[in-house]
Order: sequence, then C-alpha cells, then structure tokens
Amino acid sequence: MKEYYEITEPMNILVSFFSAIGRWTIRAVGNFGAMAVFFFLGFVNIFRARQISEITNQTYYIGAKSSLIVMLVALFTGMVLGLQLFYTLVKFGSVGALGSAISLSLVRELGPVLTAIMITARAGSAMAAEIGILRNSEQIDALYTMGVDPIRYLISPKIAASIISFPLLTAFFDLIGIIGGYITGVVLLGTNAGTYFYRVQSSIDMVDIRGGFIKALVFGAIVSCICCFQGYFCHMRSDGFGAKSVGLATVSAVVISCVMILVSDYVVTSFLM
Amino acid sequence: MDTPLIEFRNVTKRFNGRTVLDNVNLSIYENQVTTIIGKSGTGKSVLLKHIIGLLKPDEGSILFQGTPISKMKKAEWEGHRRRIAYLFQNNALLDSMTVLDNVAFPLRQTTDLPKGEIEKRAMKRIEDLELLEAVGKFPSELSGGMQKRVALARALVTDPQIVLFDEPTTGQDPIRKNMILSMIIHYRKKFGFTAIMISHDIPDVFFISDRVIILWEGGVGFEGPYEDALKQNVPMIDEFLRSLDGFEDQLTGLLSREAFKMHYSAMLGSAAREATSSAALFGVRLNILSEALGAQAALEALKALGEYTNRYFNAVGGFSARRSRDEILTIFPHKNLEEARKLVEDYSRDLEHGVIDHIRDIASGNSGEATCFDIHIHAGVTEISPEDTIDEIIEKGRAKQEIISTYRCDFGGNDQ
Repeated sequence: MKEYYEITEPMNILVSFFSAIGRWTIRAVGNFGAMAVFFFLGFVNIFRARQISEITNQTYYIGAKSSLIVMLVALFTGMVLGLQLFYTLVKFGSVGALGSAISLSLVRELGPVLTAIMITARAGSAMAAEIGILRNSEQIDALYTMGVDPIRYLISPKIAASIISFPLLTAFFDLIGIIGGYITGVVLLGTNAGTYFYRVQSSIDMVDIRGGFIKALVFGAIVSCICCFQGYFCHMRSDGFGAKSVGLATVSAVVISCVMILVSDYVVTSFLM
Repeated sequence: MDTPLIEFRNVTKRFNGRTVLDNVNLSIYENQVTTIIGKSGTGKSVLLKHIIGLLKPDEGSILFQGTPISKMKKAEWEGHRRRIAYLFQNNALLDSMTVLDNVAFPLRQTTDLPKGEIEKRAMKRIEDLELLEAVGKFPSELSGGMQKRVALARALVTDPQIVLFDEPTTGQDPIRKNMILSMIIHYRKKFGFTAIMISHDIPDVFFISDRVIILWEGGVGFEGPYEDALKQNVPMIDEFLRSLDGFEDQLTGLLSREAFKMHYSAMLGSAAREATSSAALFGVRLNILSEALGAQAALEALKALGEYTNRYFNAVGGFSARRSRDEILTIFPHKNLEEARKLVEDYSRDLEHGVIDHIRDIASGNSGEATCFDIHIHAGVTEISPEDTIDEIIEKGRAKQEIISTYRCDFGGNDQ
C-alpha cells in the first residue's frame, strides 16, 4: 500500500514543472527589482557634476550617428505605407484619407516603435557589448578603485543620451515617413498633393504628437536600462563566461529590449487612449 | 606594535561553494611594505580586493584603523577608499584612451585641479616611468611591460597613501622588475605610503619587504619578516619558498640564496678540502647610484657588478650570491688570509675596467655628459671556520667591512 505522502510519477512531473516556473518567476522578479534600482541610480547620477561632456559624446553616438539609418528606415516605411494604404483606400473610395492614415500610423505607433527598435539594434547592442567588455577586463573595477562611480561614469550618460535621442529621432522618423508616403501616394500613384498635406495637417492633433514623444521617452529609458544592465552584470550570467558572456548579454539586451518596447507600447497606449 | 592599518578577522570567502579564504586573520601596518605570496589560486588577489572593497567577506570582518568597514558610514568608507590605489594584475587600463588620458583620468574625475596642472602631474608620472614615447599611444599598441608601467603611473598619479600592487613586476625583464621595485621603494620613501604587494620575484621583493604574508591552503601560513620565514621549520613553507627561489638571481646572474646554501654545504662537506676558505662581503650604495644615474642605470651598474664578481671569483673556485639589495657575499678558497686580501685587492683594481667603464658609459648616456659621482666599493674579508653559518659569516664580514675602492667619474681612477 502506498503511503499517503508518496509522490507518484505524474505528480513528480507536475512538481518539477511548477518548481521551474517558481524559480523562473523568482529570478525574473529579482532581476526586475535589480534593474529598477540600477535605473534609479543611473538616472539620479545624470545630475551629478562632470557629466555634460560625456552626455554630449553619448548623444552624438546614440543619436546623431543613428540618424541616417533611422531616416532610411523611415523613408521606406512611409513609402510602403503609402503603397499599402493607397490600394486599400481605393477599394473604399477614400484615397483622400491617405495623408491622415499615414501620418497617424507613423506619429502614434510606427514612429516611436520602429525608431526604438532601430536604435536598439544599432546603439543598444553596442552599449551592452561595450560595458560587458569593460566588466570582463576589470575596467569597471578599476574605475571603482580610482574613486570613480562606474554607474555615474558609464551608465548615466547613456541613459541621459537615450532619453534625449529617442524623441528627437522619432520626430525625424515621423517627418521622413510622411515624405515617404508622399513619394508613393502623390508622386508615384497620383494622389493630390494638396489633399495629402491638408489631411496630414488636419488629422494630427497635439495629443498624438505628445503621445508619440511620451512613448519615445519611455522606450529610451527602457532600452538604455536593459542594455546597460545586461552588459554591466554579464559576469554574473550562469550560461557563459568571458567573451561568451558578452555575446549572450548582447543578444539578451536586444531581444529583451525589443519585447519590452512592444509590451510597454501597449501599456502606454492603453493609458493614453 | 601599533594598531594595524588593516586587519582581517576570521575572514572567509567562498565562490560557488569553493572556499578561497578560510578563516583568515592577518594584520597590515602603516608605512610598511607587506608582501603577500602564495601558490596560484590561494586567494591573493581576492584578499587585495577585499581591502579596497571590491569584494565583501562572507564571514568575518575587515577593520580599517581599528573600525570594521561594515560598520562605517558610506561617506567615511569612501574617504578611506580614496586614499587607496590599486594596480591590477592585468593592468585594467581603459583601452579606448591614450596613455596620457589613462594616467590623467583619476585626476580629471576626482579632483578640481586645472587642466594644465592635471596634465603636468600626469606627464611627471609618465616621465618617471620612462613612458614618454608612448604618451599618445593606446594600451593595445604597447608591450605587456609598458602597459604595466602605465598602470603603475595611473595608480601613483593621485599620490595615494596605500597602494595595493597585484603582481606589479609580472611580464617585466629583470632590470625593469628591479626598477619597478626600486620605484615602489623610492615613492614609498618620498610619499610615505603603505605598500601591499603580491609578488613572486625572489629575492628582490624580499629585500624591500618589511613583512611577508604567506597564504597557504586558504589560510595564513606565515606572517612576519622574511628572515623569520626562513627560520621557521615548517616543511610546507620551506618547500614553497624553495620552489620560488630558482638557482639564479635573475638580475645579477649570481647564485640564488638556496643554491648558495647548497654550494656552501657541499664545500664544507668536501673531504678533499685542501685550502681554507674566506668570505668577502661586497657592498655598493645603490641609493647613491640611483640618485646619480637614475633607477634603471643604477640597476644596470649593480647587474654589471654582479656579473663581474661572478666571473672573477668563479675563476678561482668561488661562488657568490646577493644577500640584500646591494650586498654580494662571495666565498672562495685560499691558502691564507693574506692571499685572500690580495685577491680582493686585485679584484677591486680590475673592477675599473670590468664595471666602472660600463657605469661611466651609462652616466654619459643618461645625461649627455659625464655625471660626477662617487662609487664606493665596500668589502669585508673574513676567514670561515667550518662551524660558521651563512648568517654568522655575513655578520663577521659586515664587521670588517671597509671602503676598498672609491672611483670618481672625472678621473679615471682609483683612490685606494
């Protein structure tokens, strides 16, 4: 006869399953908490002395140097939107609404999201890799021993630069995207130019622009925090050491950032609506 | 003794379940050079990282001037920490910055000094460490030895009161190893800092150390002056020290301490010993040479002296070893003491061609013209009786030491 406390085979699988979920949850909550503290320290240290030049450098690297790629993506996004929406609207006889459809899609959603994803791919991965290498070569420890707070010196300027760059690049994205839509909708497919720009102007309210910028700010904070956090603690990864840990940290930084951009996009949108 | 500057009380540190430091108790005193030695993986670097706060103990406590660090307020600990500089084993140079920017970095980030003053101070350290040709280069463009000197310059640029050196001489040639050690001593005298060093460069590191801490199997195997470590009859420590001490002193090419001891025992044990033996303790004031010629040239001179002494006395069946930074003990056979003295006199006469010419070349090479300075060669000649230990021979030699030769640069000669 089986004892009442004996764990049977199916029970065993169930226990393992829930244990794994429990472990994952505890680790995820712990990481989330650590990331929140990390962001707080990084943000507070933006306002310390000797930060201006480093913030300027980082803004140049994260913002200015990403502008070309962001504008290129914006142009083709606008063009493809123009193409798709034109043929959709033709079916309903509302081609005149092309300007409204393109501009609202870009300003409210596509601008902030695609800009954030492009910067994550270009600058976020570089942030994680750079900080990871500094960590592995003990340069972060060296900063500490020299009396320099590594979070102030390395992390805060990147957070500040991201918060500055994301909204600015989003604005560029929106503008170039609308021009892209103009190229396909007006120049190639023959929609009236006046109607297109009139619709753009009349359909976008300040609320839409403000909403897009709020999203860009949130994405900037999230992406910089995740990428820096992954690099900064790459030496504590259980799945790899040394150069491998830097590679894994970079992958995690990009993947988690992209997922979090989309998750936070939904959350922010639901608050704004 | 005074309150220790830093004290470890029952400190234990584990990494992934592996105990690296196991109940470690040790003391480090102000204004001393404390050297930590131990086999690889015994936690030497871990110990240093605890001192600066990069690691925290799992158990036990670390006291700074009698106060546990864990009980200090953040500002108080930060105040202490800013007095400490750390030289990393792998240098940890900021690889996206030039040598000048690396050295100036701590001053730029932690002081409000004017830009010009920061550059002046950084350049002074760069000059001290003979890195002028590397000033605009990036760390990846430098050799391992040069990187080490850049890291040393960066550690010393803030004039710290405590400097932690994690293997400062690794990757250097014998002359540079000794130069770095000389520099550590020079700066310690100049600025009065406390040095805590991990090094395996026997014998030189022991010549400059006030205290030695031997880490053994996670704990402290020995703590005290080096001479006391040698007197301990702990087989493990004895074996470890012997394993570090090669057969040859890398700087001078003379015998190591252990090899000298073996030669001496063999000589005493030799049944067919026809002649009696004498010992000569030669000394040259390295500090004076260092001031006149610079650290590197002084060490070149010491190296030349060692090589010359080795050649000269080997030819007559003798053997020599360095007993302190600037003392060479030679044991050689002779028929009577008079003959031994004559041999030493001939040695000092021939020294001018063997060594002094070389030193003169270095001096004129350094300054562009002949630098005027005195070189005194001291020697104490004494007869050895079979019962004498090496320490007793040294004492006897030291008691009889006198200036046997003085050479001046402007002369050429020998004012014996």
